Amino acid sequence: MPEVARSKAARERAERAREKAASLGDDIDLDAYSKVAKEHPYQDDPSRLPLETKERMLETGVILDDSSQRSGTFLQVDHSVIHSKAGQEGLEVMSSQEALEKHPWLSDYWWRAVAVDADKFTAQAELHQTHGYFIRALPGVKAIQPIQACLYLAQHGLAQNVHNLIIAEEGSELHIITGCATAPIEQEGLHIGISEFYVKKGAKLTFTMIHNWAPKMAVRPRSGIIIEEGGVFLSNYMCLKPVRTLQMYPTAQCLGEDALVRFNSVLVAAPGTLMDVGSRAILAARGSRAEVVSRAITTGGTIIARGHLVGQVAPVKGHLECRGLILSEEGRIHAIPELEGLVEGVDLSHEAAVGKIAEEEIEYLMARGLSRDQAIAAIVRGFLSVDIEGLPPQLEAELQRAVDLSEKELL
Amino acid sequence: MLEIEGLSVEVEGKGIVHDISVNVDIGETLVLFGPNGSGKTTLLMAIMGFPRYRVTKGRIVFKGQDITHLPVDERARMGIGILFQRPPVVRGVKMREMVRACLGEREDGYVIDEMAQRLNLVDLLDREVNYGFSGGEVKRSELLQLMAQSPEFILLDEPDSGVDLVNISLVGEMINELLQEDRMRSRTKSGLIITHTGHILDYVNADRACVLLYGGIWCRGNPRQILSSIKTHGYEGCAVCQK
Ligand SMILES: Nc1ncnc2c1ncn2[C@@H]1O[C@H](COP(=O)(O)OP(=O)(O)OP(=O)(O)O)[C@@H](O)[C@H]1O
Ligand SMILES: [Mg+2]
Repeated sequence: MPEVARSKAARERAERAREKAASLGDDIDLDAYSKVAKEHPYQDDPSRLPLETKERMLETGVILDDSSQRSGTFLQVDHSVIHSKAGQEGLEVMSSQEALEKHPWLSDYWWRAVAVDADKFTAQAELHQTHGYFIRALPGVKAIQPIQACLYLAQHGLAQNVHNLIIAEEGSELHIITGCATAPIEQEGLHIGISEFYVKKGAKLTFTMIHNWAPKMAVRPRSGIIIEEGGVFLSNYMCLKPVRTLQMYPTAQCLGEDALVRFNSVLVAAPGTLMDVGSRAILAARGSRAEVVSRAITTGGTIIARGHLVGQVAPVKGHLECRGLILSEEGRIHAIPELEGLVEGVDLSHEAAVGKIAEEEIEYLMARGLSRDQAIAAIVRGFLSVDIEGLPPQLEAELQRAVDLSEKELL
Repeated sequence: MLEIEGLSVEVEGKGIVHDISVNVDIGETLVLFGPNGSGKTTLLMAIMGFPRYRVTKGRIVFKGQDITHLPVDERARMGIGILFQRPPVVRGVKMREMVRACLGEREDGYVIDEMAQRLNLVDLLDREVNYGFSGGEVKRSELLQLMAQSPEFILLDEPDSGVDLVNISLVGEMINELLQEDRMRSRTKSGLIITHTGHILDYVNADRACVLLYGGIWCRGNPRQILSSIKTHGYEGCAVCQK
């Protein structure tokens, strides 16, 4: 671990937060997971990875057989970076550890969007970090194709602690697809992922993350986003496969005027899954806007769908929308939308609806000749396909693919 | 084509339609008049087979088959279609997908965009079904779906309510097409139309009419004559006339 760029203060704060339980989500015993992993060899040509691995990655939007479709690729298996390459001038893609060595100034960005002592998970990521990705677009550079990153857990019982850093410099444009997956279905493990995003003045960052975990996995992402003047951050998150426990509450801070943030998330909770997922936007500059849209489906698991908008100055505008669909007797969806206005003149609103599919809607479709199952499928498909404005067509196709795959399993 | 024999229907345990008998022949269009709350929609919903509209007596025979206890989708597949008075909003499902679903296996050259164009609904294809639709848009969207479904027997629940003067001719034209009213002979499609204003009768050549009052049928006859008598004497006139 390069100590050069690491601040001693951060380390000390992490040490003090070692035992600090997270404010949300069920507690996890960090000692139950191993910190040591066997090394995986570097792959110059990722298309030569085992077919099964490639397929798992493909399900999360990570394409390894056609490098022309991506402007860069980063692959990490357990603690090893097995491939890392930028495919366009003005883009940087590498391990975040390597990046800290290469650019000592990066220490200014390290733990600025996420607090190192937020809880024991951030602390563990500081104390036991192994890589994670660094992706950066230089000023004015527009990525032609999406850049993809995959964090893959192959070793049973491992705790993967990654720290990602993403910078869209002034006037740049970046689309990132991140896929997180595990090897076989019986995989047990812990994934801790710190992600810090910096969207500079006039830059646009689209971040699409697909999680394909396994029924015994515990997952604790910790994300912070800082958006400067006129910057745009669009996040699309999907977790459609079973996971034992997932808790995250990415927080975007609109620090520059007219900054825009949009969070879309689609969650499906199978029996045995507990998801506590929210999105938070702090509107701290005039003219900044936030939109949070979440769709939650339970087929027997529990989903706590949160949203929090904070209007610190005026004028700002924010809207939260949470819709939940209960497809089984056992499932539970708890929507917790929060609006917090600190000054006069903030415009914050929310709508939330949780329930079963209305019988009237099913019958309406049946009156057009669809069977009951077909009618339910059509309604669920519609529910899952969140309208995402401003998404590049390739990304849209990727998301649609993920939805189609899960639909088959759902129905 | 459709025979309703001594049908009684209740909704939420309340008897609404009492002992009704009506027939609609192949190629025939029947008009159903009646005041608000008289049970017209209830009768149509029972014919379509919605479980909330419970048949307590009598039977419904379609194309010679007793369909009284068939589920909605099977009736639809047998060739019954309905234009809803107040269809539900289906969030998430786009009009285009809905119309595609109505088409089913059929691919007899029906071009969704072309049909939408004719119904002046192109902008609605990418919107969620009935979400924020205006009154007139709802009717035309219902028609677009029916055109795709191409049923043999069409239940039309107030297709002319809330439709403006320009759109009424469009709606009328489409209903004619659905009912093959343009054909002089060998019509195979039949219909049952509910209307209050009778505007639709300016476009659709209906054969017979009847008046539904207090959940029963009170008067049968020529659509235009009945309409004009309702206009002059009100529905009370019908009640008196029968006695
Ligand atoms: N779900 C229900 N619960 C209770 N009563 C109902 C229900 N649905 C219908 N009714 C009642 O049944 C009666 C007949 O309703 P229906 O909708 O069939 O009338 P209609 O003749 O179509 O009237 P309109 O001309 O206003 O459309 C009304 O009194 C109505 O309130
Ligand atoms: Mg009615």
